[in-house]
Amino acid sequence: MAILTVEGLHVHYGPVEAVRGVSLSIEDGEIVALLGANGAGKSSTLNAIVGLVPTHQGQIGFKGDSLVGLATEQLVRLGITLTPEGRRVFGSLTVEENLLLGSMPLRKSADRRKQNLERMFDLFPILVERRQQIAGTLSGGQQQMLAIARSLMSSPKLLLLDEPSLGLAPQIVDTIFDQIVALRDSGITILLVEQNVAMSLEVADRGYVMAAGSIVTSGTAKDLGSSHLIEQAYLGHQ
Amino acid sequence: MDVFIQQSINAVSLGGTYALLALGLAIIFSIMGMINFAHGELMTITGYALMYCGLVGLPFVIAAPFAILIAVVAALLMERIAFRPVRNSSGATLLVTSFAVAVILQTLFQNLVSPRSQAVILPDMLAQSVHFGSLSIGINQILSITITLVILVLLNWFLRHTILGMAMRAAAEDFSITRLMGVRANAVIAGAFAISGALAGVAGVLWVAQRASVDPLMGFIPVLKAFIAAILGGLGSLTGAVAGGFALGFIEIYLAAYLPDHIQPYREALALGIVIFLLLLRPNGLVPAFNVGREKV
Ligand SMILES: Nc1ncnc2c1ncn2[C@@H]1O[C@H](COP(=O)(O)OP(=O)(O)O)[C@@H](O)[C@H]1O
Ligand SMILES: [Mg+2]
Repeated sequence: MAILTVEGLHVHYGPVEAVRGVSLSIEDGEIVALLGANGAGKSSTLNAIVGLVPTHQGQIGFKGDSLVGLATEQLVRLGITLTPEGRRVFGSLTVEENLLLGSMPLRKSADRRKQNLERMFDLFPILVERRQQIAGTLSGGQQQMLAIARSLMSSPKLLLLDEPSLGLAPQIVDTIFDQIVALRDSGITILLVEQNVAMSLEVADRGYVMAAGSIVTSGTAKDLGSSHLIEQAYLGHQ
Repeated sequence: MDVFIQQSINAVSLGGTYALLALGLAIIFSIMGMINFAHGELMTITGYALMYCGLVGLPFVIAAPFAILIAVVAALLMERIAFRPVRNSSGATLLVTSFAVAVILQTLFQNLVSPRSQAVILPDMLAQSVHFGSLSIGINQILSITITLVILVLLNWFLRHTILGMAMRAAAEDFSITRLMGVRANAVIAGAFAISGALAGVAGVLWVAQRASVDPLMGFIPVLKAFIAAILGGLGSLTGAVAGGFALGFIEIYLAAYLPDHIQPYREALALGIVIFLLLLRPNGLVPAFNVGREKV
């Protein structure tokens, strides 16, 4: 069953039509890559799914229920979360406070919060020793891990990841991609937006390619990797 | 030396009241990007609540918390009725709305109570002093300083150790992402107004306790000062608001105490001059906000 379906999504910023009729669907347990050049409309698509930008037109369904019109703060309770582009950790809060805020939907269950916190410290050991550190003083890679961990604190079913490898050193990028696979193996469905096409297609089951606000091609990761469609999508719209 | 200590105590007392008011402004600003010019009217409402409590003979220890509660309720109503409908509008719209609320409330006070200053019945004890050697300190100053410190400690504890406090600090930094965490926007904003109402209420009680009267425009000057203090401290920074409030208190009191008589008429101008000079040295304020210039809500 599709966990997420997007149909005919349009996102406008004043006169700018950033997303023009995007449709995609994600099956339970998949990693799906959403690729495309800068400005193609990938972030706008993710932000519309979680209600951070308004949907101008179109349908978004999560496990069969419509998300359009729901407030951002309601989505995380349904089990959808986004790790935003540029990490956006709360830089003036400590690592632990960032994580605790991530578990806001589990406010009533102190046990599960604690469990999740312990799990995040297992998954991202670097965060343990920095627990009381102000998040703004972490390195870029550490902030990215914190941003992902913060998203996971709510025990999501569907995780939207917006450019998790942006601006990170190669071996940190490797770690992040390893973790993405581990997350999927633990049962979380992932929609991954990336500039790093090769690595994304390596971990993804399927992919969509966007250019100028529309999906220009899609297919299994294997097919996309071996075709020239992606290069065309990038070159044609730079 | 005694004069200096005496004046310093005055400065801490006045600065503390400015600090509480500036904090109230800063909390709203940090989250909504709005200067609430109707903040002073919350103070005035507190003053009228104290006045009516005095008239019906409620003892001050009950009247004061009750008046503060009235300010909290008024702040929540203000948010719900006036500010929520325009929450996502431009900064200019928010500013004009808060001016309108201030003017409407002032007009209501003038018509429903009186345009003239009203006496507030206070316990005699507040007017007494205690003596330490040649030093004489007013009971209401001791109360004012103590209460200010207790409030600052409580607020700090709330912001650091409760989940709503944490959410408010997060929202001050990045409102959208805070909502993404599942924090309800309405809860955070209402929480901020409740706290700012409480702070205005406490400041109102302290202000009235020194003057024993209330008038429709009572809140205007202190909140203007608090606004200056908040800018001096770093707009949107809570620590800055406290620092700015105390700094302004010291500047005003020392100028009043030590300027030669023939320069006294220029005291306010000089105080502002010092503030501007400090801002030239530190353009983002004494303790800048974490996210100077970032978009709000
Ligand atoms: N807040 C905004 N206001 C106006 N235009 C925007 C805004 N965000 C994005 N855009 C524009 O929308 C288009 C798509 O942007 P985005 O979704 O960020 O693309 P991507 O994530 O694929 O790089 C770009 O042309 C960008 O300039
Ligand atoms: Mg993007």
